[in-house]
Amino acid sequence: MKSLSLPPHPKERRIVFKNAWTQGYTPDIDCYVKHGGYEQIKKALKMKPEEIIEEVKNANLRGRGGAGFPCGVKWGFIRRDDGKPHYITCNGDESEPGTFKDRYILHNDPHQLIEGMLIAAYALNVNLAYIYIRCEFPKAAGIVTQALKEAREKGYLGKNIFGSGFDVDIHVHQGAGAYICGEETSLIESLEGKRPYPRIKPPYFPAVLGLYMSPTIVNNVETFCHVKQILAIGSDEYAKMGTPGDGGTRVMCVSGDVVRPGPYEIPAGGVTLGELINDVCGGMKPGRKLKAIIPGGSSSKILRAGEVFKMKVKGEDGQMVDKEVPLLDLVMDASTLAAAGTMVGSGGVIVMDDSRDMLWALNNLNEFYAHESCGQCTPCREGVLWIDKMTTRMVNGEGCVEDPKTLKSVADNIAGRTVCAFGEAASWPVQSFLQKFPEEFEVAAK
Amino acid sequence: MDTHAATSTGPRQADQIPANLLAKIDEAVTHYPVSKRSASLPLLHLWQNHFGFVDESGVEWIAKRLDLESINILELVTFYPWFRQQKAGRISVRVCRTLSCALAGGYEVREAFCKAAGIDPKAPTHGHTPPVSPDGKFSVEFVECLASCGSAPVALVNDDLHEDITPEGTAAILGQYN
Repeated sequence: MKSLSLPPHPKERRIVFKNAWTQGYTPDIDCYVKHGGYEQIKKALKMKPEEIIEEVKNANLRGRGGAGFPCGVKWGFIRRDDGKPHYITCNGDESEPGTFKDRYILHNDPHQLIEGMLIAAYALNVNLAYIYIRCEFPKAAGIVTQALKEAREKGYLGKNIFGSGFDVDIHVHQGAGAYICGEETSLIESLEGKRPYPRIKPPYFPAVLGLYMSPTIVNNVETFCHVKQILAIGSDEYAKMGTPGDGGTRVMCVSGDVVRPGPYEIPAGGVTLGELINDVCGGMKPGRKLKAIIPGGSSSKILRAGEVFKMKVKGEDGQMVDKEVPLLDLVMDASTLAAAGTMVGSGGVIVMDDSRDMLWALNNLNEFYAHESCGQCTPCREGVLWIDKMTTRMVNGEGCVEDPKTLKSVADNIAGRTVCAFGEAASWPVQSFLQKFPEEFEVAAK
Repeated sequence: MDTHAATSTGPRQADQIPANLLAKIDEAVTHYPVSKRSASLPLLHLWQNHFGFVDESGVEWIAKRLDLESINILELVTFYPWFRQQKAGRISVRVCRTLSCALAGGYEVREAFCKAAGIDPKAPTHGHTPPVSPDGKFSVEFVECLASCGSAPVALVNDDLHEDITPEGTAAILGQYN
């Protein structure tokens, strides 16, 4: 796997990625300990569990897996003393197209993840945890398994960790090539040894009825690492790095037609889209102009070059004022992208230049969703395949005039009518590509 | 999905389980103290890693080991794209198909891998039974996003990730495997 050769860009602030991409850093426990590892869990074990949860809340940490739910609030749903077994599960099923950050943590800095999970386990009264790693990361599964073995040998994992009287064990669980397992209830079904059909919410919120029908917290790999960093930095300082309601840093993964694609760890709201593309990533490839940006993983709604968004922003006097914000001035944080009708999602930014055909690009994504629909809900199982067949036909020059309208109608009838958010994930690209680039679909439909 | 793949002929896998595989299976089951059923995927992985695919006897054996019905295991083999019911190439080439890789030439890379391996590029691109080269050495297939979009196009060859692949470089990559 390629390692980072470039020093951090001035806009970057590497905390979670600090070790993962340091030359000479190795994934073994001695190297981690030498770099200050496992100090935060020692500190945590002397704190009250409620204090840890309060720190995570105060840090304004949002989940880094895509949905962006406030992590501390999620943890707050667990009642420590309800007498039931509790579980935590790390979601290392990284597979949202455009997202490639967790793989570096799993391969290069597995102990940071383990330490974050230990802190969470102690805070949430968990004695058994799993790390769900997609099987397309076979080496990562081996590296994390080895890291767990090292931690167990040192007494950092297992019975009476660090002599605290607290017991917790963690195991690696490998997926088997299904994107749907990134959905948390689907992941739980998969972990229970079943077909990963998502569960309906309510009642099956993982924090209430999760793994083995017990309260369960599922967090992304990067999220657990941030928990460790919050304890190291302090929640006030951590929150200050970001914007109100979106604390800390976020790894933005940029791919597509830019000069320097890659993952960049940037304070939440620390760059605009324009700075990210033109400054951090070195701009578009020579001779090319920006055409479109998918800002938060393939499911997020596409944005078109030249777009201007009307939104409320904080003025100089602190009052909210209406303002027109051009695309490249959009600040990369959760609330700004939401105001622009899309989302920061999993941090996967896919950039496309003026040589790209939007029908072709949408068809590529449609094929992805058609392949990955689990088949549980009829609108998704049937609709996503129809959409894929239609755009494939259009790409082959066999489209008809009604196609754009039919595409929209099918997408509109999937979103909101399925057990899980896959329905939206598959519909939003269709709806937004059609809305933002109507002329390309009309031409293709003739 | 090809859920009705023909039953492979040849000796039953369940009659040839080596001691080290049994030991790994026993160890994996201990990771799931609450429910043995959770060990279904780990056991299927161990089985496929050893035999290359999972035959009917494997489905039955794993089900019995975990006190389940065969259908509980078969439904996993047919659902999860990773599992195979038939032999694939000894060396598995999985090329990422999804957008960032496609933008960087992923389709051309798959075609070049096929040609370098002696597989018809028009063969099916996805599925539980990918096309295999005439000498049985390679299978080449598309898989969905491998989560390495910053170094696109990429492919997983057995357990190794290859990044920034060019069509011209595919033959040399295959040459690294015997």
